[in-house]
Amino acid sequence: MYRAAWRQTEYRFADLKEVMAKATPPRSGDVLAGIAARSAEENVAAKMVLADIPLKRFLEEAVVPYEIDDVTRLIIDSHDKAAFAPVAHMTVGEFRDWLLSEEATTPVLARLAPGLTPEMAAATSKIMRNQDLILAARKVEVITRFRDTIGLKGRMSVRLQPNHPTDDKRGIAASIVDGLMLGCGDAVIGINPASDNVGAIIDLLYMLDDIIRRFDIPTQSCILTHVTTSIEAIARGAPVDLVFQSIGGTEAVNASFGVTLANLKEGRDAALSLKRGTVGDNVMYFETGQGSALSADAHHGVDQQTLEARAYAVARTYKPLLVNSVVGFIGPEYLYNGKEIIRAGLEDHFCGKLLGLPMGCDVCYTNHAEADQDDMDILLMLLGAAGVTFVMGIPGADDIMLNYQSTSFHDALYVREALGLRRAPEFEAWLERVGLTDIDGKLLSEPAQLLLDHVKGLAA
Amino acid sequence: MSSNDPAWLNLRRFTDARIGLGRAGSALPIKEVLSFSMAHAQARDAVTTPIDWQPLADELRALGLESIRIASAAPDRDTYLRRPDLGRRLSPASRQLLAAETGTKPDLLIVVADGLSSTGVSANAAGLIAELLPLARKSGWSVGPVLLASQGRVALGDEAGEILNAHAVLMLIGERPGLSSPDSLGAYLTLDPRVGRKDGERNCVSNIRVGGLPAAEAAFKIHWLLREAFRRGLTGVTLKDESVYQLEDATAQAPALER
Repeated sequence: MYRAAWRQTEYRFADLKEVMAKATPPRSGDVLAGIAARSAEENVAAKMVLADIPLKRFLEEAVVPYEIDDVTRLIIDSHDKAAFAPVAHMTVGEFRDWLLSEEATTPVLARLAPGLTPEMAAATSKIMRNQDLILAARKVEVITRFRDTIGLKGRMSVRLQPNHPTDDKRGIAASIVDGLMLGCGDAVIGINPASDNVGAIIDLLYMLDDIIRRFDIPTQSCILTHVTTSIEAIARGAPVDLVFQSIGGTEAVNASFGVTLANLKEGRDAALSLKRGTVGDNVMYFETGQGSALSADAHHGVDQQTLEARAYAVARTYKPLLVNSVVGFIGPEYLYNGKEIIRAGLEDHFCGKLLGLPMGCDVCYTNHAEADQDDMDILLMLLGAAGVTFVMGIPGADDIMLNYQSTSFHDALYVREALGLRRAPEFEAWLERVGLTDIDGKLLSEPAQLLLDHVKGLAA
Repeated sequence: MSSNDPAWLNLRRFTDARIGLGRAGSALPIKEVLSFSMAHAQARDAVTTPIDWQPLADELRALGLESIRIASAAPDRDTYLRRPDLGRRLSPASRQLLAAETGTKPDLLIVVADGLSSTGVSANAAGLIAELLPLARKSGWSVGPVLLASQGRVALGDEAGEILNAHAVLMLIGERPGLSSPDSLGAYLTLDPRVGRKDGERNCVSNIRVGGLPAAEAAFKIHWLLREAFRRGLTGVTLKDESVYQLEDATAQAPALER
């Protein structure tokens, strides 16, 4: 039992997960789940209680029982007590103050990451303002490598997302060339396929491999299909760079995605066996998003933001190249409007970074959410300031396959121009070498035509 | 590079993606900004515009079909968007209204719901029913009054179908609008409807619209699925739509994401 008294009213919370749910900044998904604070005052009272809870408590009281959930077991069994020691005496509130202090430097936070659990990160984020989430996250540097180096300070990468509703290869190639000519694609060229047929997936893999090799692009490809499909493609000899999987923060939500922790290990091992990386061997790409567990009725009464952070414990086990919170995709019953989407994007980025992940964000919304491009401009700029590892690049921000709006190739240019963020160094050098940018990474007004000539050849 | 470059005009034959837009510094040219804004405005209007059922009721009457207006337990659009659970259940008044019709027992109950696109319903529902009705009548199926449901989600048809003792329910519902398809209709077919049916127990025909799946083809697919459902006694993941082979359908689209 946790209690807080404020003037005449005493607030009682049965357990840690109730404190955390009620301390969460308001969002529609927690209301839908029936676990949100019932008043603004109760919300703040829960934050006050949470701020006084010792970080150690999160190692003693699991929000989802250890016995029934393999994600809880993963979190507890992999906890690094030595790494935790420097902050082991702190409460959540003290930890927030410390994170923002001069003591919490980039190398200190890197050493701390394995000592933090997702619940500690989530709890801390709940009592932080947006500006805290930005300043703390930007101290963290998480560097990953495959064919280029992602996550260096002062840099931001972009996933080129050239989706097509029928996987038309010429249509996909046209979108890829457009994105490359606008300086995008250093995180990954990643397709959400319309088909889950392994033959169709292998076709797309060869197509991406051909473009990357033909133009010697220091980037990697990924077809965002189920991990078991990627494993099958690898078994058939297909050129798989990154293995993708959607993951969540409970065993049950992962089951709803048709995936187990053993599948993820098998997928990683299969990708590693190909040795396709040139500068590193981070071979996994994970996507997550608040609300997925509630949507699958797999939430155990835990708030959606805490469950999202628990998904990052799954992700970090497999040393991913990229992790992406698809923050606004799930719809208004989980994140109702621009304000809720912006808040969630900053929370997810902060928690992911604190836990040691190469955290990106799909800054996005659906047409039934109360949000628009102006909200996305705000979130993108805030994430740029927070040091986001990568964002999406989609032609004109309009994904014609998934029917939602994300960030465009131009949006990446906007945040680069405003904040001076550069691309991954190998990709930056490539763009200059092939005549698309100048030495400062600025797009040339008369770009080289080799890529366009190639795709015109496909169209002929 | 600009949007009028003939190379890009040529490539746009292969994709509706917004490629080759040109740029004004780091930004999109204003023409593209406004064109995007218009597409988003249409999608927003599709979500928020309350449906006017009268034209559809008139068109149904011309086809010889009566209609009954019902509503979900979500009283307004804001609640509808926040509480999908309420959109799946009838309002108490609608439940009472349908309870007076329990003798109906149609082979096929058609429910039309506004869903997330009232424009999708207005543009496509009457046309689809007009194509489907002769096929249903030829097969000898009874088709009861059409239910016109406000603030409805797919599963609303389960409760309505259960009360009316329908053998199968066809839910025609406005799909979540995309920028290039704000007016798309989805069709969900459920055998032996009752409260608690899972999404895996339905068959879906999506993207029914001009420029997507034409009404005649959609009606053909729905009729084929329904005939097989009655014959095999099930709908859902185990009933595969094999009618595409007969049609050599090249327009099949990804399934709708929103239900």
